[in-house]
Amino acid sequence: MAASPKATKRKKPHIVDKPKRSKHVKSGVLSGLLRNHQHVAVDSLDRLFSTAGASILTWAMIAIAVALPLFLFLVLQNLQQFGSNIDEATQISIYMELDTSETELLAVQNSLNSHPTISSTNLISQSQALEEFQALSGFGDVLSGLNENPLPAVIVVTPNSGFLNQVRALVEELGSLNKVDSVQYDFDWLQRLDEILNLAQRLTLMLGVLLAFGVALVVGNTVRLAIENRRDEIVVVKLVGGTNSYVARPFLYTGLWYGVGGGLLATVLVMSAQLVMQGPVSQLAGLYDGDFVLIKLGLSDIFNVLLLCGFLGWFGAWLSVLRHLRTIEPK
Amino acid sequence: MIKFDAVSKRYPGGHEALNNINFHIEKGEIAFLTGHSGAGKSTLLKLIMQMEKASSGQVFVNNQNLNRLSKRQLPYFRRNIGLVFQDHQLLFDRSVFENVALPLQIAGFDSREAARRVSAALDKVGLLKKENQNPIALSGGEQQRVGIARAVVNKPALLLADEPTGNLDPFLSGEIMELFEEFNRVGVSILIASHDLSLIAKLQHRTLTLDHGRMMQGTSKPAITDI
Repeated sequence: MAASPKATKRKKPHIVDKPKRSKHVKSGVLSGLLRNHQHVAVDSLDRLFSTAGASILTWAMIAIAVALPLFLFLVLQNLQQFGSNIDEATQISIYMELDTSETELLAVQNSLNSHPTISSTNLISQSQALEEFQALSGFGDVLSGLNENPLPAVIVVTPNSGFLNQVRALVEELGSLNKVDSVQYDFDWLQRLDEILNLAQRLTLMLGVLLAFGVALVVGNTVRLAIENRRDEIVVVKLVGGTNSYVARPFLYTGLWYGVGGGLLATVLVMSAQLVMQGPVSQLAGLYDGDFVLIKLGLSDIFNVLLLCGFLGWFGAWLSVLRHLRTIEPK
Repeated sequence: MIKFDAVSKRYPGGHEALNNINFHIEKGEIAFLTGHSGAGKSTLLKLIMQMEKASSGQVFVNNQNLNRLSKRQLPYFRRNIGLVFQDHQLLFDRSVFENVALPLQIAGFDSREAARRVSAALDKVGLLKKENQNPIALSGGEQQRVGIARAVVNKPALLLADEPTGNLDPFLSGEIMELFEEFNRVGVSILIASHDLSLIAKLQHRTLTLDHGRMMQGTSKPAITDI
């Protein structure tokens, strides 16, 4: 019952002939536009599928151009995570002077335990160090021949910050402590890794921007051909009152679909690569420290890739439309 | 419906296609535009369609001064004019139905209303049964009738035809002309460019004759009384 007034409302203008037309046209502008968008979106996708061979080539071209920086980006993210894992795991060894007494050692350890950037400490006394060395090195007999223990006591400190500059400050501070002989912490290679990753990130970004332009140009060129192929149609459409945006619309959607399709294929490529890499990577990670988890392409990443690729396709098509469509006028 | 007021058209390079043209076609009138090839018939139609701009003078269509028509308004202006071509300009990648529906699609009609109008237009030109065929499968006369259906489907107030019978034999030409006369009877203003003089003579409508870009006086059956 509720639907009946709506139905009569709709049918009414159909009965009266003259006013119907103007009313129809006016109120229908927006819905007409929407209908056209819908129609064109489906139709342009249809056309891509109907020329599947050529479309797949374009899609593959876009996919490779997108997958390459995307994959590099993912690799870098993983390396960065790996680096920061090492940061946390890396410990600072404080070698105490040989004449440090047991009580002095404990006092230093205690003061370090309350240090804000230190998460834990572990004291290895001279005798413990000796035992360890004897057990591991196989030089036990040589050492027992010495009448004095040549090994210093060591306090192993785990910093609670992975930030390189904070660790560096801590190392300096520790070095200046009383009774400390030397402090060992190998952050040079970490710093180098950090810089290398930064550089690689820049390069990936540059590559990404370059390839993004490539994608836009590939789509632009493909759309140019599509425009040429539909030249007759464009002329007719312009003569029967098609606006420039009406004429442009199918091509913009074509570009959009090229981009989205290429992006989709690119994520499939990258995810396949992930699958292939997963086994070896986790084996390698297992050799170092257990808690390394491979960063993968997330749902939001995929969404962003599709969005970006869709935009690039649209943009490429738009460039092409801007350049070529206006030159086609009825003669 | 169409008024030319001292209109001249000079193409780049100096060729003068139209020279000081004055005429007026009333609402609901049907008229022929004739002359040897190169006399300026096509140029005159192009000025009405705004495919070309007049070098001087003013063209009015439906009381609208086309000199003042902006680029943005142009598509909407063209929607009120039905255009029939000599080579019919059908699109062979779609059915007869879709060809005729094109102007409605552009104007944003909903598909049900569009289907109703397309069927009515195809019925009028006698091709309703062939609506699902590809126009390439139709004969020349049928293709031209599809072109006419497309031109009238939007119920334009003005119909322009550029050599609509140029590729047809006399019998088919007669059929096409009858169609035009039928549309004229329901109030559509029609201007037909043609050099088929025997056909024109048979039909006894007003005739505008162009000669080397000038309008000849006194060649029409009902004399040119306008401006």
